[in-house]
Amino acid sequence: MNNDVTWLTYFVLSVFVGIEVISKVSSTLHTPLMSGANAIHGVILLGAILVAGEADGFALVVALVAVVLAAVNMVGGFVVTDRMLQMFIRRPASRQARRPGKEV
Amino acid sequence: MPTWAEVVFLLCAVGFILALKGLSGPRTARTGNLVGAASAVVACVVPFFYADLDHVALILVAIALGTAVGAVGAQRVQMTQMPQMVALFNGVGGGAAALVALLELQHFAEAADLGLDVQVAYLVATAFTILVGAVSFSGSVVTFAKLQELMTSRPVVFPGLPVLFGGGFLAALVLAGMIVDEPATWAGIVLALVGLALGVLLVLPVGGADVPIVISLLNAFTGLTVAAGGYVLQNTVLLVAGTLVGASGTFLTLLMAGAMGRSVSNILFGALKGGSTLGSGEASDRPVRSASPEDVAILLGYAEKVIVVPGYGLAVAQSQHTLRELVEVLMARGTEVDYAIHPVAGRMPGHMNVLLAEAQVPYEQLKEMDDINGEFRQTDVVLVVGANDVVNPAARTTPSAPIYGMPILDVDEARQVVFLKRSMRPGFAGIENELLFEPQTTLLFGDAKDSLSRLLAAVKAL
Repeated sequence: MNNDVTWLTYFVLSVFVGIEVISKVSSTLHTPLMSGANAIHGVILLGAILVAGEADGFALVVALVAVVLAAVNMVGGFVVTDRMLQMFIRRPASRQARRPGKEV
Repeated sequence: MPTWAEVVFLLCAVGFILALKGLSGPRTARTGNLVGAASAVVACVVPFFYADLDHVALILVAIALGTAVGAVGAQRVQMTQMPQMVALFNGVGGGAAALVALLELQHFAEAADLGLDVQVAYLVATAFTILVGAVSFSGSVVTFAKLQELMTSRPVVFPGLPVLFGGGFLAALVLAGMIVDEPATWAGIVLALVGLALGVLLVLPVGGADVPIVISLLNAFTGLTVAAGGYVLQNTVLLVAGTLVGASGTFLTLLMAGAMGRSVSNILFGALKGGSTLGSGEASDRPVRSASPEDVAILLGYAEKVIVVPGYGLAVAQSQHTLRELVEVLMARGTEVDYAIHPVAGRMPGHMNVLLAEAQVPYEQLKEMDDINGEFRQTDVVLVVGANDVVNPAARTTPSAPIYGMPILDVDEARQVVFLKRSMRPGFAGIENELLFEPQTTLLFGDAKDSLSRLLAAVKAL
């Protein structure tokens, strides 16, 4: 198979997988899902690292800026998503904890 | 690239698929996010072991800097401001992708100068990444400014805008063509600048209420730029991760637009045709019935069934906890109380669920729109706290209204409606709410937190 056709194959299959895996999401989770997906594309950090590793002079400066930006995207994205989701998870425990007191 | 590195990248790609899968279910969401984070970290560590990287120390410093900024920003942000934070993170990701592509273009230009043949497909992907990455960056910055209210949240349109946008788009195509014909770094820089301008022009005409959908769309854009960047760098994990985000992001954008009864093209270009969310923003001086907290407390205290409709105003005033307390006191008095959550309550779909969860409101008290709309008819009092557009009957009755067709909570069917409002200024969509002037409606003016605490004290005193 031609190399470019291989890449096209990866692309097309990923499109279908991407749509399929989130097709049943409830509207409650739209925001965390968007935020999580946003964090995933922060993996461009990998690309920025590869480019910075072979750059020199002004190009190195530009590449390092790209590394910083990508790291902000990736780390910030996953942390903020986790903060959102913590609130969903904490719910059952806190409910049980509060219940008895409320009946008084 | 050694085989072990390719296998690790494959595992990371699978990790991203599992992460998205996990994120779409309530029970698995947090694990999914952690799986995604782990995959991303592993993917970024791999090149340090196989690639012959220069400047490792500088790169590590840059990563540490970005990590610190991202982590601190994400920890500090208020949950109410979370949508603009996501927009900002998305924007810097798009910016990073564009910069990476610019540097690759420089390599291609050098190769072409040496008389080497550069594949057309690489150049197309590079031009795409530069352009769309720049659009995503500047577009996200404008959405951030709109949501943070650094600028007006209403659509900004000026007469030459469509021409300017069309001209910019043509210029971008010409520049991309030039890059494909003969790679040159300067053309890439100009293309990035044109992309920045296009991003601003794209988001300016979008009305405040629609901005979250644009964030989701720009998120999908960034995903695609990362995918194209992955192709240029011949890196599978970048291609797969970017494509996954691009595809799921596009699908999610359509889902969100559907929840608001809008089409994506109407959201982006509606204001240019004059039909979108162009509102007045003016406060009305028509007569309304207002009441004191004590009056409202009596109304609530002797009601059998109360439904609370929380909106963004509640969150801005940081009064979720006071509201929860009020609801608990009412329930202790034997009143049946539910929260009615509109799918786009807050600033983003699902945002209100996050905000109320933060205030530890039990999950089963949160009713989604379709489940609760039939119950308003049997409801004595509806308490609308800081919400407006999502209960505006104009969405059903006035075809000329910007929000016409958006599914709303049928609050107008309840016996009594109490609005907690700061002023008579219209909601985010900038249109007047006829419900405010109806005979069954009572208004309690003031800051949501202040009003709720006074209401809480008054109900306790009953």
